[in-house]
Amino acid sequence: MKPLDPRLLRHARATRSMLVASAALGTAVGVAVVAQAWVIATAVSRVIQRGSGEALAPLVLALAAIVTVRALLVWMQEVVSRRASASVKSSLRRQLVRAAATSGDDALARTRRSEVAALAIGGLDALDDYFGKYLPQLVLAVVVPVIVVAQLGLVDVTAAVTVVLTLPLIPVFMALVGRTTEASNRSRWRALSRLSHHFLDVIEGMPTLRSFGRGAAQVQQVRISTDRYRSTTMATLRIAFLSSLVLELLATLSVALVAVGVGLRLVDGGLDLRTGLFVIVLAPEAYLPLRQVGAHYHASAAGVAAADAALAILESPSSHLGGSERVPTSGGPLAISLDGVSVDHTGRGRPAPDRATLTIHGGEVVGLAGPSGSGKSSLVSVLLGLRSPDRGSIRVAAGSGAPIDLGEVDPADWHRHVAWVDQHPFVCAGTIADNLRLGDSAADVVEMRRALEAVGLGLALDRTVGDGGDELSAGERRRLAMARALLRRADLVVLDEATAGLDTVSEASIVRAARAEADRGAAVLMVAHRPAALAGADRVVVLG
Amino acid sequence: MNELVRVLRLGRSGRGRLALAVCAGVGATGAAVALAGVSAWLIARAAERPPVLYLMVAIVAVRAFGLSRGVLRYVERLAGHDAAFRVLADVRATVVDRLARLLPGGARAMSRGEMTARFVGDVDGLLDLWVRVVLPGAVAGVVAIASVVAMALILPVAGVVLATTLVLAGVVAPAVASRWSATAQRTIAPDRGEYQRRVLEVLDGAAELTVLGRLDERLDELDRLDGSLRRAEARTSFAAGIGSAIAVVAAGAAIVGSLWFGAAAIERGDLGGPAFAVIVLLPFAVHEAVGALAPVAAALPGLRVSARRVCEVIDAPDPVAEPAESADLPDGPIGLEIRGLRAGWPGGPMVLDGVDLAVAAGTTVAIVGPSGAGKSTLAAALVRFIDPTAGTIVVTGAECSVDTRTVVGDELRRDMGWCTQDAHVFDSTLRANLALADPAADDGAILAALTGARLGSFVASLPEGLDTMVGEHGRALSGGERQRLGLARLLLADPRIVVFDEPTEHLDDDTARAVMHDLLDATAGRTVIVITHRTDLLRGVDRVVALRDGRLVEPAEVPTAANLVCGAPTDAGAPSACRSSIGGPDR
Repeated sequence: MKPLDPRLLRHARATRSMLVASAALGTAVGVAVVAQAWVIATAVSRVIQRGSGEALAPLVLALAAIVTVRALLVWMQEVVSRRASASVKSSLRRQLVRAAATSGDDALARTRRSEVAALAIGGLDALDDYFGKYLPQLVLAVVVPVIVVAQLGLVDVTAAVTVVLTLPLIPVFMALVGRTTEASNRSRWRALSRLSHHFLDVIEGMPTLRSFGRGAAQVQQVRISTDRYRSTTMATLRIAFLSSLVLELLATLSVALVAVGVGLRLVDGGLDLRTGLFVIVLAPEAYLPLRQVGAHYHASAAGVAAADAALAILESPSSHLGGSERVPTSGGPLAISLDGVSVDHTGRGRPAPDRATLTIHGGEVVGLAGPSGSGKSSLVSVLLGLRSPDRGSIRVAAGSGAPIDLGEVDPADWHRHVAWVDQHPFVCAGTIADNLRLGDSAADVVEMRRALEAVGLGLALDRTVGDGGDELSAGERRRLAMARALLRRADLVVLDEATAGLDTVSEASIVRAARAEADRGAAVLMVAHRPAALAGADRVVVLG
Repeated sequence: MNELVRVLRLGRSGRGRLALAVCAGVGATGAAVALAGVSAWLIARAAERPPVLYLMVAIVAVRAFGLSRGVLRYVERLAGHDAAFRVLADVRATVVDRLARLLPGGARAMSRGEMTARFVGDVDGLLDLWVRVVLPGAVAGVVAIASVVAMALILPVAGVVLATTLVLAGVVAPAVASRWSATAQRTIAPDRGEYQRRVLEVLDGAAELTVLGRLDERLDELDRLDGSLRRAEARTSFAAGIGSAIAVVAAGAAIVGSLWFGAAAIERGDLGGPAFAVIVLLPFAVHEAVGALAPVAAALPGLRVSARRVCEVIDAPDPVAEPAESADLPDGPIGLEIRGLRAGWPGGPMVLDGVDLAVAAGTTVAIVGPSGAGKSTLAAALVRFIDPTAGTIVVTGAECSVDTRTVVGDELRRDMGWCTQDAHVFDSTLRANLALADPAADDGAILAALTGARLGSFVASLPEGLDTMVGEHGRALSGGERQRLGLARLLLADPRIVVFDEPTEHLDDDTARAVMHDLLDATAGRTVIVITHRTDLLRGVDRVVALRDGRLVEPAEVPTAANLVCGAPTDAGAPSACRSSIGGPDR
């Protein structure tokens, strides 16, 4: 596990400035620690040697001032790292959402979108503790020991040498133990997520389990699997915690060695009391930040996992579609020809569609039928310019004009000529009018009413719907999407299973509206599972 | 606060280990404090240049404390984690035990995804309560009190100073940090909620918004929301470090106070040099342990929310009242009779308002109606996931009849199969998914059930057969295969009455047709109730009734029904009860 992924610096600028600020604050902390030790050693030795508190007031004031500065530094560090965390999360979220939203429409894109949604609405919050606790501590662990050891070297070389000899041993031992436990650590994380997954599976399936009288039996099952996880985990933890054992042992032992050495040299007269006190106050400070890094192990592991997930998505290649040509418009209605179009799917041997060839002319309604898995949805995605075919070509021509390959057309321009009614249409939270205006932002009330009438939908324009339009029936949602498509006055209208499972009234109004679009000159493609649903089409092509 | 205490009480079996962990922790932290104190004494005493022999005890003690801290810390961490996992097992078992009584009826208010995600997160999060809050808190508390006593023995006023600053660092600072974190959550909650809603909307509709040419403006809008969320988070940062800063000030104040009062004591001759060094340097080490509590306390508000949600589940009332002793169902073929049934999900409206229906043994009845008409509520009431608020559901046999409320739910469901659109497929093998219906079933019985559900050739085509993993939520299966798996499970359990709740939802037309046909075919001869909104798939059903406004009525248009019967019971006199103890509460 890398403590800080360099990719994070690349994708989130705020990380860099935060590290710089942390280094500055860490240096200030180091200086304050040394100053505080010096003031305390001076004050204590002066009081002991003089047997009175005279001339103590300035030292006490100085100490109070140093403590105030240290408190301020702690506070500033929190402010800096919280703000950095907010910025990093924000910048990762923006990039992730953009990458996921524009990644086309295949199975991979859809899984990616659900991953991004999970990260954006909570997963990235693991970075709060990573930035707030772990990284600043890591910076302190690098900066403070250097300052402390340098200062020790100035006053007492023997003590400095003791610390210098043990200090590097800590990262070395930690790395050694870390390497032997890395694999088991990883399998422990896996086991924990398997355990959580099992628990989730049991809860989700509880109604099913109860219906077979197996609900109560799960209590014992969950207990057994958690216990089994505990015993395997404890076996690895016994080794994993050795790293912190070594760390603690080295830290306290060397502090003890320094203290005993200083004590003996004081007896010999080789050292004065002030220096001795200074050394024993300062020596533990060299180890403190390192020990605290270990305490934030969980914060770091969760943060690194979240950052990894985000960066893996950002760094994976995405296929960007399209060229810069414009869709031909003069010459007559648009005709779209597919020639030998194939789309490959990972995990499936056969492409679907497999060498599909089809031409849709303006003014006609073409039906496309085929069983599940024959590639209807992929063909629609290709036609809509949401993904490119793996083989074959799609050409667009206006009347008898020269055809142009869809791959060379600017996707944004192509989308201005296309309307799409999906089986599960997108309905945004807002009014019915808001939803219709997604089709044409300039549409006025009269046009919107006319579009709703055309699909036989008696919804008030100012009626509000919630997320996903749940309060509308499936038929209403699809008719709303159809009305929205009408407002686009598109050259190609694609209806993907738009009538599946609908009542006869809804189905008829959608088919009627599709026919009207063709009569206006649009090329209409109706996709359905069963050829029977395509009775309204001029001709039916079967994919399979 | 009491929610936290309540969930802490759940973890009974971790207590021994936790006590061990606290002891080891006290030893480790105590060793660190003692190390600081003894080394201070050693240095100050050494400066007086006594014979080295006078220092030997201190030298040995310093080395011993140095060694023991590391070892004891190791023991503390191991015992603490062991305790935490034991607690996790307890909490999980308690939650599962409650859910085994509640689901699906008692926890209807939450969506399933939300609920499950919450339970895993909440329950795992409560581990933190033990390892990061209770353990360090207990250790710091014990060490703090011991140190204050030790200081007071050397110089009473120094003990008072240390006690005051420790209260500041160990009580005030954590309270401030915890309060900040609660306020911060509240501050960002509105921006966060709005952002989350919008991001899901945009990601959900990304493809369509692309084609509509509206994706960019939506993304820009999302960026603006993101910006205001970032600013809200940044605003809360100013208060974030105050708790930790207070702890630093408290540690400094302890040293300043010790210096001041110690110097005065030296002047008076009450205190020697070495003892003075001890009271100045000891507070450092104590505050190191106590100061760590403030950042931890920031996690408390979140843990409290988790604890509250776990308690909500534990406190949720049972949706059904189980009888003390279960009545037996009649032998032989059984039917159903529903009279004046009123029911609804707990906390929800009464969606069923006077349902009457008689289903003769061995017949198939379809109940149709639009979504939201209460069809699933009826199914849940039939299999006793919820109790009726009025009316009765009676299992009718040849000689007697039994009110379902007198039969323990698990016993009833042995003979009242339930198969839904979302019958859960577990992330395991095909065999394990079937065997839960009958743990004693051998491969022959399992294969027979699969064949009955028309999955025989599918299983035969799998290289690993029954050992094939079906994936999370049965992802490796098609929708139709998942539904047939549910049917096979039902056939293996072999109930006399079967309730299908929307068995063809989420399936495409052809698959829905085939699955419905096979369901009815495979369960022919049993008493079957099919609940669906698809009126076009009901070929071969004996009767069709419609659910409207909470009552069963004669459907207006059912194309394929053989004979239509209105929802009233057809037979006049109810058969006598099987046993004297039997009879519904309101008979």
